[in-house]
Amino acid sequence: MLKLHYNLEKVSMGLVVAIIVAASIGGIVEIAPLFRIDETVQLPEDLRPNTPLELAGREIFIREGCYACHSQMVRSLGDELDRYGPYSLAAESAYDHPMLWGSKRTGPDLARLGEKYSDDWHVAHLIDPRAVVPASIMPAYPWLMRPLDTGLLRDGLATLARLGVPYDEAQIAAAPADALAQSRPDSTEAEGFIERWGEEIALRDFDGDPARLTEMDALVAYLQSLGRLTDAPYRLMAAEEGAQ
Amino acid sequence: MSAHRDQPPEVDPVTGYDTTGHDWNGIKELNTPFPRIVIWALVITFVYSVIAWVLLPAFPWGRDYTRGLLGLDQRELAVEQFRKMDAVRQDWLPRFADADYAALAGDEALMAQAMPAAARLFQDNCAACHGATGDGGPGFPVLSDGYWLWGGDPETIAETLRYGINATHPDTRIAEMPSFNWMSREERAAMASHVAGMLDGRSDPDSAAGVSFVENCAACHGEAGEGGLDIGAPSLIDEAVIYGQDRASVMRTLFDGRAGVMPAWEGRLSEAEIGLLALYVSGLSRADAEDAQ
Repeated sequence: MLKLHYNLEKVSMGLVVAIIVAASIGGIVEIAPLFRIDETVQLPEDLRPNTPLELAGREIFIREGCYACHSQMVRSLGDELDRYGPYSLAAESAYDHPMLWGSKRTGPDLARLGEKYSDDWHVAHLIDPRAVVPASIMPAYPWLMRPLDTGLLRDGLATLARLGVPYDEAQIAAAPADALAQSRPDSTEAEGFIERWGEEIALRDFDGDPARLTEMDALVAYLQSLGRLTDAPYRLMAAEEGAQ
Repeated sequence: MSAHRDQPPEVDPVTGYDTTGHDWNGIKELNTPFPRIVIWALVITFVYSVIAWVLLPAFPWGRDYTRGLLGLDQRELAVEQFRKMDAVRQDWLPRFADADYAALAGDEALMAQAMPAAARLFQDNCAACHGATGDGGPGFPVLSDGYWLWGGDPETIAETLRYGINATHPDTRIAEMPSFNWMSREERAAMASHVAGMLDGRSDPDSAAGVSFVENCAACHGEAGEGGLDIGAPSLIDEAVIYGQDRASVMRTLFDGRAGVMPAWEGRLSEAEIGLLALYVSGLSRADAEDAQ
């Protein structure tokens, strides 16, 4: 075996071919399953993509580096189920580009955070974490009360649609208007929002300042949507618990 | 260099190793063999990976995946692990699902077992807003002072926990302080002074603001601002206002209105956990009162 390698080293073209063969085995083992991802990951019927406002919040979540300290994946371990709830499913982040599972937790996992705390708490906590959780080491994000730039939302939705997220043309065209409408339940635009996105989605002023659409609105709307895009993990968990 | 290919390699007399045949002004390079230990380590990892591949779930295969001879499934393992942890609680926790709180609170052995778990549950779910000791926060109610907007007995607390206040649950409690921004600024300023003054009895009920208070505020806060109607409106004479009762805070409340949200916990917490927390929370104010004595 070693002798074979020794001789191979002396034939440069042979060595090149052998390197390509060896490297492609590693490549194929990792890449081949992805060609069948549509069959292995089944999307639940009730899975919805993020609304424009939530999507803007997701961009802010990424911009501020929240993912560096907060994972978004409940692992399949007993104590994680006890603390956070059902373990995360691959399908839950099927519409996430990129996904934000994370692997390191300086803060708690956020995969089941949606509607656990009130909007007011999120606003107070983001502006000054120590005001509500004295022992917190999370940085403060007071600048989030500045106006939200919705200029790129239409392109953002269009890009995701090309990647396979089911946004229709009406949703893409109205993205900036719908971002505003989701934070204004009493406005005339809210009707159009409900028509395009359905009645189940949280429609309210998230940042406590109804006059302005801020980055805080977007981020809190996103945080309140975490783990609430589908009920599949809860259904599966109930079925598994029942089966044992 | 091709000339070396056909000759036997020259052996270095000192180490006994072959040389590569390269020669730089008389300096030759040893062809030191690859260390045995590394080769063995490689072999062992290869063997291990093959064994693991056979025994454990390994590779996606068509619509399925290779499940492995041991038939392990991480999801099943997690649920099993969770059930094992849960089983330890099963001899006492389910009792909190029934609503006879007086009997539960009277069972000292049970409470000694349950309260440490309740404290942990409180830290995981309630402490973010209400504080680690239930002392509240900016805009979030104090749970340890014996003053309750909806009633402080365990039954009522359990209901608040279950359905929330202004929450997304269909049976949620609803409480809203409406905005009085239709009042002129002067009227609001006078009202704010009146309400701020109610704390130490400086306010005059016969003043214009006092009359306006009876017209606009008394339905929820009581004629003398005494509250106690258990509809989410605080007393204005007991330092019970969550958002502050100084003049500036009241001005803001009058202009914007208030509708604080307590999330609904049904679904996130089990019925037994809600019962356990209700008893724990009702005990927070009692413990505080005992401390004061």
